[in-house]
Amino acid sequence: MTQVILYNVTNGLIIGAFYVLMALGLSLILNLSNVINFAHGNFLALGGYLAFTLQPRLGYWGALIVSPILTALIGVIVEQLMIRRLYNRDPVYSLLLTFGLAFVLQDSARYVWGPNPLPMSFPDLLAQPISSELFFITWYRVFMVAIVITSILGLFAFLRYTRVGLRIRAGTLDLETVSSLGVNIHMLRTFNFAVGCLMAGLAGVLAAGQLSLSPNMGDELLLPSFIAIIVGGVGSLVGTLFGGLLIGVAAALTTAVYPSASEAVIYAIMMIVLLIRPRGLMGEEGRA
Amino acid sequence: MSIALPASTTRGAASRRVVVLVAIWVVLILVPFWLPLLGGYTALAGRILVFALGAMGLNLLLGFTGVLSFGHAAYFGLGAYGAGLTLKYVAASTPLAMLAGTLLGGLAGTLFGALIIRRRGVYFAMCTIAFAQLWYYLAYSWNDFTGGFDGLRGFHREPIGFGPLTLDIAPSGNAFYYFLLGVFAVAVTLMGILIRSPFGHSLRAIRENERRARFLGIPVERQIWLSFSISCFFTALAGALYALLNNFADPLTLHYEQSGYFVVMTVMGGMRTFWGPLVGAIVFVALQDYISSMTVNWMSFVGAIFILVVLFFPRGILGMRWRRGES
Repeated sequence: MTQVILYNVTNGLIIGAFYVLMALGLSLILNLSNVINFAHGNFLALGGYLAFTLQPRLGYWGALIVSPILTALIGVIVEQLMIRRLYNRDPVYSLLLTFGLAFVLQDSARYVWGPNPLPMSFPDLLAQPISSELFFITWYRVFMVAIVITSILGLFAFLRYTRVGLRIRAGTLDLETVSSLGVNIHMLRTFNFAVGCLMAGLAGVLAAGQLSLSPNMGDELLLPSFIAIIVGGVGSLVGTLFGGLLIGVAAALTTAVYPSASEAVIYAIMMIVLLIRPRGLMGEEGRA
Repeated sequence: MSIALPASTTRGAASRRVVVLVAIWVVLILVPFWLPLLGGYTALAGRILVFALGAMGLNLLLGFTGVLSFGHAAYFGLGAYGAGLTLKYVAASTPLAMLAGTLLGGLAGTLFGALIIRRRGVYFAMCTIAFAQLWYYLAYSWNDFTGGFDGLRGFHREPIGFGPLTLDIAPSGNAFYYFLLGVFAVAVTLMGILIRSPFGHSLRAIRENERRARFLGIPVERQIWLSFSISCFFTALAGALYALLNNFADPLTLHYEQSGYFVVMTVMGGMRTFWGPLVGAIVFVALQDYISSMTVNWMSFVGAIFILVVLFFPRGILGMRWRRGES
């Protein structure tokens, strides 16, 4: 019995880790560029598929590193060609654009890699369970969580201690002032978009080994990521992190008790937060 | 509140507007006669009317108040389920089903609107998306009551009795199309009156400059809330009609993709024009119908339509005319 509960909880935590990675990338783009990237889940799928294709040539570790970078480069192309034209326009346009882009990317993935789920393999070393009692916790799961934690710490350190990170944080607060201080905000936004896509790509490679690849694999993660941002409070990256963890853990704990309600809990948390603290747990007053 | 009428109400413009109105209604009334000649079918026209009504409801908010909801599928789908569930479980009455569907969707929108009314821009949009998906999830997982993924079946629209007369709309012929057109006409007239009222003017004032509207003493939050609620009621009515049209309520009508369709119809037709969403619905539904019958990769084409509209056609088909800054 405890094993069943533990099994469900670890499943939920891993899904929660994906929510956090997705939501942080979305939140980065949203805060600086005021764009909801509907195609974020498709960048995630793209990362997974690219890793699947690259793996025979580069090996697992090579694919794990190269595939997110390629995803980020594709993100840069998309940003340069389409999204940057819409920055100072009514938000309805960027929303429609990324929405259409999600359709195109999903259909392209289906066209290139086929509609059926593909299995992504990983090194045998990671396939071992960590012990015979906890046979359902493989090293791959531990590895995934470790990568997620490392990349989140890396992101926060980057934003905290580097010059570019500082500019991104400042731009989140007041882009006009940052621009008038001589920062090239076009480059900054492009770079920021690329970082968001990088995280989506990384989540995609990790998810590929856990969930198996399908053209719409990102769709199920997209809405919970939105909710993580709403719950955490818009404009706050730390809020997004906590929002993602909160709904991830809540969903995991519910799965242990009553599996079919795990998604309902996420929406319930969102409604409660909107009711008692409309700006989100860590949202600042006055922003939006 | 006295707000000067726009300059377009000079005599020439007024008579031109009458001509346009007459043309629109003549074309709509004669659909059963000319559509088959083009290879269409009357049920397609019914679908266009229903989506047009839903998109026009959305446009009240998007185009005339300047507030972006990306979750109107919720109210459309709730309207559909409200009507379907009423016909299935409560009573075999078409008017009652329409009323129930409209109230269900409209009231859900009114309550939710109160929660998010202080959000603006993309954040408002994000809350509406998430809330809409809640209903999709509910319809999807509450199998016994809503039919789950397969949708709600086992109901059909009933003839409507007016005293001794009966309007038999049950078979899917022209009678039902004219019934839809009648409801559409009433709803659209109401919308037109609303937009020309002082209330409608205050909404446009908020759209143009929220801060100035606030200084003029317009209760901005309340007006946006009202606009959101009214918009939800109209879209829910469209949803109820959609359930009657198909004798079926589909969980996909609650999905955020449906919300995206409404927004793209509105933008494609021209989101600051009154008839824009109708034009957008005609083009979008016809294109979608045609493309999905031609290729399995219809998603790419539909997505490409979204992208092309945004990049090259942001004012929409009817919006080409308001280049001079006239709304």
